[in-house]
Amino acid sequence: MPFTLKPDDALSVDADKASYLQNHVDTGDRWVLNFGPQHPATHTTLRLVLELDGERIARCTPHIGYLHSGFEKLAESLDYNQYVTIVSRMDYLSPIANDIAWHGAVEKLFGIDLTPRCKVLRTIMHEMARIQNHLLCTGAAGLDLNAFTGFIYAFNVREKIYDLVDYISGQRFHPDWTRVGGLMQDIPDDAMFIRLVKDLIDKEVPTAVDELERLLNRNRIFVDRTQGIGVITKQDAIDWSLTGPMARASGVLRDLRKDSPYLCFKDNWDGQGAEAVKFTVVAADEGDARARFLVRMEEIKQSCAIIRQLIDKIPAGPVDSFADSKVVKPNKKDVYGSIEGLIQHFELIMTNRGWTPPVAEVYSAQESANGELGYYLVSDGGPRAWRVKVRPPCFLNYSIMSKITEGHLLSDIVAIIGSINVVAAELDR
Amino acid sequence: MATTPSLDHPMFKLVKDAFPGKTFRGTEFRGESTLIVEPGDLHSVLKFLKTNAACDYNFLSDIAGIDYLNYPAKTLGRFALVYNLICLARNERFFVKTSIDPSLPTDGIVNDPALVVDSVCDLWPGAEWMEREVFDMLGIRFKGHPDLRRILLWEDYPGHPLRKDYPVRGRGERESYRVVDRTSA
Repeated sequence: MPFTLKPDDALSVDADKASYLQNHVDTGDRWVLNFGPQHPATHTTLRLVLELDGERIARCTPHIGYLHSGFEKLAESLDYNQYVTIVSRMDYLSPIANDIAWHGAVEKLFGIDLTPRCKVLRTIMHEMARIQNHLLCTGAAGLDLNAFTGFIYAFNVREKIYDLVDYISGQRFHPDWTRVGGLMQDIPDDAMFIRLVKDLIDKEVPTAVDELERLLNRNRIFVDRTQGIGVITKQDAIDWSLTGPMARASGVLRDLRKDSPYLCFKDNWDGQGAEAVKFTVVAADEGDARARFLVRMEEIKQSCAIIRQLIDKIPAGPVDSFADSKVVKPNKKDVYGSIEGLIQHFELIMTNRGWTPPVAEVYSAQESANGELGYYLVSDGGPRAWRVKVRPPCFLNYSIMSKITEGHLLSDIVAIIGSINVVAAELDR
Repeated sequence: MATTPSLDHPMFKLVKDAFPGKTFRGTEFRGESTLIVEPGDLHSVLKFLKTNAACDYNFLSDIAGIDYLNYPAKTLGRFALVYNLICLARNERFFVKTSIDPSLPTDGIVNDPALVVDSVCDLWPGAEWMEREVFDMLGIRFKGHPDLRRILLWEDYPGHPLRKDYPVRGRGERESYRVVDRTSA
């Protein structure tokens, strides 16, 4: 079916009144350009229908859904552990953060308190995922604006983080690492894990961040192409439901790690009065593409600081919450070696058994790298969710796209997309 | 496992006092309070919650659409919408829920006059895509929405896939998709 632009009063621009067009000779010659879905700067598959006046954007209409795979529908036929394989594939730049947020919601529904060891490991990997995501975003922001070197600096370290994910879970990209009430497995060796993590946060990541900052922060081309581009005011950020670095770069001081704390961001996380990890919520006032870049760079450093506070005090003990909670799948040694383990395994696996959550609805959100990643979970008391509504941060962050691109030049589109960090798999689900 | 919900959230009383004569219900689970309103009152209640200084829920976090066909527990209607509000100043989350029932069979894409609620795009511009997603997935229309088109699926998709009477494997859309070749393009 051929695509037709539909009239849209809310977004169309009156060429006679729009201030940015005042100095522009309107040739009356509007032309329509399809940007994407296959374009290197769209990172995956995004399509923008641009109505251009010369090289100025008069209207930008995003079309999404090219990667829609029915993730929310699949949640209704997969049980609480199986669905982690799907959420891993949403924000594939930081898959482990999705796993942790998903099981955070499930555990809120069941009312499970995790063991201190599990909380520390999850927090460390949660922050690793943030570093992973921000590194790709900032590196690719350089790449889109022709600084290819920056991309390589950032990607180099991401590889090493993937190695760490591979070490703890056996898979590099889609680790499916968490389980209801615990983890798929404990880390293989504490000393090795600590060495790998320390190597990253003390050497590799700071080096890459330093290199990126020296390359881009005062780079004339990079600054010119990002400063004042895609400006979002504080009020707009609130009205358009933006979260994460996008909102914080516009001066909205909201970070769920502080505002509704979970895992080790909460005081007394180990039950013995441990303090919450300390960090600073990074924010800026400018609200342009450059501010979003700088906020992300600073958040990488904060994430390193959070991991540094935890890495030397990983508590001993089990990673799975205790067996009498009847929700954790026992490890294979127990299944084959003890009658209780075998019974528990069958209770959760048999088709007429499974989890018995309360019949209720619960919303749980965590601060993922792009913002508030929430799950609205409706349970009918069975082993599968009745309905899972994902609140994908990208989806809402991207919805402001048509508003902030109006009046910019065609070449600014890539700078803006890069600064929003749209992950199409999460956008379309 | 069922516990009695504690309905002591201050907003319940505030809304009730502001709208005398209207029916409200409330529920609570794990510290999250949900106000259940009639679909006709939805817009005015949300407007009150946003603009009243004592409420000040200025941030709309999400709109979740739910289909309760054959849900084992008692529900107020076939479909429900849950508005997830945040007050940034007090750092508080509050949920507003409404239920609607269809008047026509739900297995197609017919425009059911019963499945319409007022759009909140005038209160939060960011609701635009959220409402488009609910429309796309469940077929609930929003009155006053500036641009109510499908968002994730293509425009002539013959179903609303998150309805419970829509099968997981689809109704053959994938197999019978129109093929465009060089002669017909």
